[in-house]
Amino acid sequence: MSDTARRSRPLGIAVPVIACVLVYLVGVLVVPLLALCATVLSNLPEVVGQLTTPEALHAMGLSLVLAAIALGINLVAGIAGAIVLVRQQFYGRSLLDALVEMPLALSPVMVGLGFFLLFGRTGWARPVIDALGLKVTFAFPGLVLATTFVTLPFIVREVGLILKVQGTSEEQAAATLGASPWQTFWLVTIPNIRQGLELGATLTVARALGEFGAVLVLGGAISGETQTATTFIHASMEERQEPAAYGMAMLLAAAAAGLLAFLQSRRRR
Amino acid sequence: MLLRLGFGTYVSALVAAPVLAILYEAFAGGLPACIAAITDPVAKDALLLSLGLSAVAAVINGVMGTAIAWGLVRWALPGRKLLSALVDLPLAIPTLVAGILLVALYGPQTGLGRVLGGWHMDIAFATPGIVLALLFVTLPFVVRVVEPVLAELDPAEEEAATTMGASRWLTFRSVLLPPIVPAIAAGTVQVFARSVAEFGSIAAVSGNIPHHTLTAPVYILGEVEGGSPGSAAAVSAVLLVLTLILQPVSRGLVQAAGSRRV
Amino acid sequence: MGIRVQGLVKRYGTVPVVQDVSFEVRTGELVALLGPSGGGKSTILRIIAGLDPADDGEVWLDGARVDALHARERQVGFVFQHYALFRHMTVEQNIAFGLRVQGASKEHQRRRVDDLLNIIGLRGLGDRLPAELSGGQRQRVALARALAPEPKLLLLDEPFGAVDAKVREELRRWLRRLHDEVHTTSIFVTHDQEEAFAVSDRVMIIQQGRLEQAGTPLEILDAPATEFVARFVGDVNVLAGDVVDGRLGLLALPVAGSGPMHVIVRSYDLKFWRADDGVAVVQRVTPLGDRVRVEAILDDGAAIFAQFPRRSSLLTGIGAGARIAIEVTHARAWPARALPGEHKCPS
Repeated sequence: MSDTARRSRPLGIAVPVIACVLVYLVGVLVVPLLALCATVLSNLPEVVGQLTTPEALHAMGLSLVLAAIALGINLVAGIAGAIVLVRQQFYGRSLLDALVEMPLALSPVMVGLGFFLLFGRTGWARPVIDALGLKVTFAFPGLVLATTFVTLPFIVREVGLILKVQGTSEEQAAATLGASPWQTFWLVTIPNIRQGLELGATLTVARALGEFGAVLVLGGAISGETQTATTFIHASMEERQEPAAYGMAMLLAAAAAGLLAFLQSRRRR
Repeated sequence: MLLRLGFGTYVSALVAAPVLAILYEAFAGGLPACIAAITDPVAKDALLLSLGLSAVAAVINGVMGTAIAWGLVRWALPGRKLLSALVDLPLAIPTLVAGILLVALYGPQTGLGRVLGGWHMDIAFATPGIVLALLFVTLPFVVRVVEPVLAELDPAEEEAATTMGASRWLTFRSVLLPPIVPAIAAGTVQVFARSVAEFGSIAAVSGNIPHHTLTAPVYILGEVEGGSPGSAAAVSAVLLVLTLILQPVSRGLVQAAGSRRV
Repeated sequence: MGIRVQGLVKRYGTVPVVQDVSFEVRTGELVALLGPSGGGKSTILRIIAGLDPADDGEVWLDGARVDALHARERQVGFVFQHYALFRHMTVEQNIAFGLRVQGASKEHQRRRVDDLLNIIGLRGLGDRLPAELSGGQRQRVALARALAPEPKLLLLDEPFGAVDAKVREELRRWLRRLHDEVHTTSIFVTHDQEEAFAVSDRVMIIQQGRLEQAGTPLEILDAPATEFVARFVGDVNVLAGDVVDGRLGLLALPVAGSGPMHVIVRSYDLKFWRADDGVAVVQRVTPLGDRVRVEAILDDGAAIFAQFPRRSSLLTGIGAGARIAIEVTHARAWPARALPGEHKCPS
């Protein structure tokens, strides 16, 4: 009874504040989103035409492939990293922790620059990759590198949060019941961190699809080769092909909304 | 142990190496060259613009984010879930797309853009557009830090103040606000740090006019593409140092915000 | 200050939580609102304080109707269930808050805070934060904070609900003394009948949003007005069945009337004694400190229990398996009908 009563209170219904919040959200978020939708819909045939060119389709495909690769790498590295950072105590742990968070704080352009300096024409790592016959800058491996970098923190962080809350008692219980470490991992740890994995994976895919600065610098956005969905938008704007840019932007926004909706539906269960 | 080594190597190679490469390149030509690169008029203006606009965005979203968090916690009406999902949207929408949205709304060839242009109020390809982009991109930060702290406050504290005769404003100022100040500060610092680093949305919306709408990250891109990685690295180093200072500050504030919970 | 509420009604959505409650509290009284959890007691208190609006009804304080007044204008002291101390303020700042709001001088604030710290026995702890106090100490600070502006009416919502049993007893006695010393009128909400009877001048029994009975503790105990009150207060046996010629099954009952009845018998209104031609067999004897609880099964299968002083002569020869005779010295009967919201008691 008193819990229901808690809903009305001195600062409970400050109508002006609520009104400000709504106006702000509508002005900053909703109106621009609607503007894009309206622009695209009013110009649909042209948008569809420009999005079905081989270049556009290649860009979309490339973005999806990059997202899948980044997800794969970071699933493995992320789970391992979360276990290392949460369950192990060692010298330099907080440094490692800070490094993992770094990609969230760095400007993507700087990420591109950093790899460019490593693998570019005069880069330190140039002899190594030359010896391997690899090409990183303005090539597919560079895109993979950039995408993996910017999505590194998500799975580590979300899985880590869950591991921290759960502790290790269930793993210990499994061990006393005779489970091998490998069995414990698959039968106890993985099901327990599932929610964090889903959240982290969704954020990873969203960020990978949307990465722009780093892949622009490192990939060069060569049409039909290293051009991703985002760099396609950028190039279309520069070439004054607005319908193509708006259309692709809307696709990406829809993908983002879809990913969020997926998360919401999982969270409710 | 193996896991630790493996992950440590992975992170070092992926994160530490490019960061060190930037720092090395920035100072490869010696400190004077580095300082010269930073104090170059275009570079300096780009840095100052980034800092200034980020501060504006931080203040606005600091205030509005707190108000939104408060609304989300205390608003019992239907539609709260939708509101909450809306706040998360900028986390998923590519920042470049955020910029494109604003161009589609305020761009010179749109209806609104023409009207505003007629009044000499340019938004796209001008500083207001950059601020709007930053506000869009950093909207969730303050909300998501303040919300859980606010949710743990006992509304009875506010009621207690009221029964003792405190006005709405005094109750807000002396009862509600003090416990959430660290969280607001943490969120605001995050908004600022993220804004300084922001690239995609600004690249789309700013027009990138040197001295006027060219921010530091866009300047870095220009230098890389123009074949002078040295000056790009020098400006990057400034941003990097800023990041290295702000990251622990934000962490500390988040911790302080959490520890205030009784 | 005297307080009168008239026809209070409160609904959450379509669920009624307070249904036409009216009562009066005289100046200087200490009154308990007693009843099961979720019965609407706290809501009544919050309506009086102005924290929740009523859907209907009137609240009068000192002869003036206050429904239109905001909580901050009613000058009512309120003590919250979980203290609701300002966590970022020291004990002193907490206690001084109400005076600060009134614009009292710093000097006055300091004197009053010192006085109250003495009264609540926390002198020297004024610069602690609430988190650094024990539960009982926090509760006393909450009381001092509510008392600092010298409210004429003090409302306490389950004031001792969150402290452990021993501290609770101490706080109770202390509250009673404090109430008498500071000459305030007080209403407190509790679901603990022992607490209500021990502290208050009068008790109001609230159930499902209705006022079942108002009276002194003795009146409530000796003359319960409704079956609910009779069942709620004290440890009782509820015997259901047809009463014929003053008998229900194997038991003779001192009740009038006949037909299907619920007969309520307090555990101390029974006598058991060892008798081979008795009507029941003892199942279990449980010592409860100074009393002993004896449970028995009648030959017709009904269960009954009684409590006796530890050294009572009635207990001679009574142990599990003993056959006993039973005399009911006092009982109350109501025509049988299902009580709202209650399951039928097996008895």
